[in-house]
Amino acid sequence: MSTHDEHGHDHHEGSYLTPRGGFLSTVWAWMTTVDHKKLGVMYLAAILTLFFVGGVAALAVRTELYSPNREVTREITRDDGSKETVTEITGQLFNAGTVISKPVIDSEGRALATDGKPLEEEIVGPDGTVTRRTRPDAKPLVEKERVYTLASGNQTYNRLMTLHGAIMVFMVIVPSIPASLGNFFLPIMIGAKDVAFPRLNLLSWWIYVAGSIFAVVSVIAGGVDTGWTFYTPYSTMTDADHWRVVFMIAGAFILGFSSILTGLNFIVTVHKLRAPGMGWFDMPLFVWALYATAIIQVLATPVIGITLLLLIFERLFHVGIFDPRMGGDPVLFQHFFWFYSHPVVYVMIIPGMGIASELIGVHAHKKLFGYRSMAYAVLGIAAVSFIVWGHHMFTAQGELAAAVFSAVTFLVAIPTAVKMFNWIGTLYKGSIQLNTPMLYALSFLFLFAIGGLTGLPLATLSTDMHLHDSYFVVAHFHYVMMGGTIIAFIGGIHHWWPKMFGRMYNEKVGILGCLLVFVGFNVTFFTQFFLGTRGMPRRYASYVDEFQLLHQISTIGSYILAIGMLVHLLNFVYSLFNGPKAPPNPWGGLTLEWTTESPPIEHNFHHEPLVTHGPYDFDDVVPPHRSPEEFPLPEKPADAH
Amino acid sequence: MSAISTHSATETTAKTPRWARTRHAHHFRSHEEEFDACKLGMWLFLTTEVLLFAGIFVAYAIFRAKYPEAFSKGSHHLDWRWGGLNTVILLISSFTIAYSIRNAQTNNQVWLRRNLLITLICGGLFLAIKFIFEYGPKWAEGKRPGNLFLYPGAENPHEPIWWSIYYSATGIHASHVVIGMALIFWLYIRSLKGTYGPKHYTGVEVVGLYWHLVDLIWIFLFPLLYLIH
Repeated sequence: MSTHDEHGHDHHEGSYLTPRGGFLSTVWAWMTTVDHKKLGVMYLAAILTLFFVGGVAALAVRTELYSPNREVTREITRDDGSKETVTEITGQLFNAGTVISKPVIDSEGRALATDGKPLEEEIVGPDGTVTRRTRPDAKPLVEKERVYTLASGNQTYNRLMTLHGAIMVFMVIVPSIPASLGNFFLPIMIGAKDVAFPRLNLLSWWIYVAGSIFAVVSVIAGGVDTGWTFYTPYSTMTDADHWRVVFMIAGAFILGFSSILTGLNFIVTVHKLRAPGMGWFDMPLFVWALYATAIIQVLATPVIGITLLLLIFERLFHVGIFDPRMGGDPVLFQHFFWFYSHPVVYVMIIPGMGIASELIGVHAHKKLFGYRSMAYAVLGIAAVSFIVWGHHMFTAQGELAAAVFSAVTFLVAIPTAVKMFNWIGTLYKGSIQLNTPMLYALSFLFLFAIGGLTGLPLATLSTDMHLHDSYFVVAHFHYVMMGGTIIAFIGGIHHWWPKMFGRMYNEKVGILGCLLVFVGFNVTFFTQFFLGTRGMPRRYASYVDEFQLLHQISTIGSYILAIGMLVHLLNFVYSLFNGPKAPPNPWGGLTLEWTTESPPIEHNFHHEPLVTHGPYDFDDVVPPHRSPEEFPLPEKPADAH
Repeated sequence: MSAISTHSATETTAKTPRWARTRHAHHFRSHEEEFDACKLGMWLFLTTEVLLFAGIFVAYAIFRAKYPEAFSKGSHHLDWRWGGLNTVILLISSFTIAYSIRNAQTNNQVWLRRNLLITLICGGLFLAIKFIFEYGPKWAEGKRPGNLFLYPGAENPHEPIWWSIYYSATGIHASHVVIGMALIFWLYIRSLKGTYGPKHYTGVEVVGLYWHLVDLIWIFLFPLLYLIH
């Protein structure tokens, strides 16, 4: 603990990473810390671990799709000339089988009870007739057997796919940037010592851990095959006698609380704790993005809360609200679900946009083009996000509703395009440094443009009739979620790595990893646009032979992508132990985090910072800790006065 | 304990009440800033609560439009007198918790504690009426949600949906009453130590806001479930 004198200055000014005391007390200090930086680092570790798990599941799914799952019946000729038809299953690498219970039969063909005696007894009535009946209190003895069929293989595929989707959405992408980089940098970037409610932040972290444990326990118990969307009525009926589906839903419900509390904390922090001199339009765009994200988190997540709660009631008590057999409405579930899950798409992408703005501004070393329009654009996207949920159900609603939802969906393109052109405008005549963060920012622009533009045919009713539920949709949202958010996330980790851990990573290895990821990603997912337009439906373990070549290309691409990720992982691990020490401001950034030490001291700043310039005023300010020789100010044109 | 209320903050440190010794957290610039931040945080949280219940209200509206007959028949099984009594009880509790904030501001420690205790008792009474006179008998008669519905005198095939909505809405509300009571109990324990006073009543204020919301949701649930036929 640090102490304060009457001016509130720190006496203890070591880095936040410096351990105090022995190993166990250090671990305890981290587990109970209210320091936003430590919480951000713990989130980062947890999210990257789960990203690895979800990624392995994705690789398993892709590997399975290398060849179609199929039951082939063919005639074989034996050595003695006799012919026989055999049925075999092809193209399955993963088949966990299904456990079936069958009654144990004794040598006389009678079913046995758990006490080893026959289950039924004979009763001789007074008139001599013999009737058989099950003994009261006797339970049938069953043995469990695991059988491997085409159906069980397909079920394994469904569970791996759900595992991938649920982990990546609820545990990785939604919290990824806000909870890790956001937690770490939002307070520093506005010049605060911490978030507004540090203990709530700790609570939010432990809720995240609890929710993840629920989901992981569900996976260990056999997994869920509903898809991450939990559509009713299937999700209320599948594995009806098992608790693991309820556990997975409860996990998502609990994770929602974590999301709400983080968002609430960020909103209050931005409102109340900005440093003196920092007005709303002096905030870095990453902070603007996190603010818009937090608004969506706070306003949308409660709706998924009540939806999942009702789904749990449905499974446990069969309340019938979503059950058509009892007069309930399964489409109501879809409305509830997408009322949250569409805005949450922007919870995923807006922080990525914020990071892209930082990376492009700092590494092109140029004043960001159209700063105010960028801030308004993220707020605009956040606002529009709430009225477009119906485009996930074009086929499950009336024509008028579908037309309206289609029209408002196109509105999203306007603020998004504003941002896109502003980024490109910033790059124009900038002093671009092609390092790893910048390459990731460029990848983001390229991939997100494809992801965004392929959203338009999906928002158009007539083309969507062909493309919905096909691989085109899969490719589209992977271009946005992975090509947008995850790419920006990795770029952001590289950008802030020296600040977070005080070490530089190897630039050449980083660039190599970035190129592998970029190539692998495009090979994997661009192929899927072709698969989709040719009619390959999503979510299937099997397919017709015509699709096999494209599926194989896509699978190989996913391996290249995985290798690229591993290169980054090794680079980071090496940097943690052997990387050269990082200076306070390695990139020449102007935002407040570059004014502190790398890594920052426990209370972020030695003195409360006073903000005197905008976050991207590269034309007027020499970056802190750097000399004018390294970052000369541009010459003003003669008629500037 | 009543002696605390007569002390002024200027006397010796040992006798200074806790509320006067409370300092704002290190990352805020002043006590006022901390108080404002906590209030803003609670208002945001209340927004999330409103949206949570909005889901239930939407489900109510949709199924009411779909099966008006079942909802009309179903609501006749509810006794408006119990619902009305519970409404009065919650309104009284809302008054007492609002008054407890005033008591903290005027440093009336005795009535601060009494008002918190009355609020707590009102919450308990609400739950007792709900469970003993409403849930209990109805459950016993078989008026249960969904598949559990066993009531032989049902006049409409969709009455189970009505009971599903009724139990979900009032059940989730009741769980909020329990959470609110836990928070008020925590306030009461802390108020025994003299934690709240004119310069520090953030806890009472934000829990009070939460309790008002719990009350407000009931004000909407009561007519929708009990009064509209």
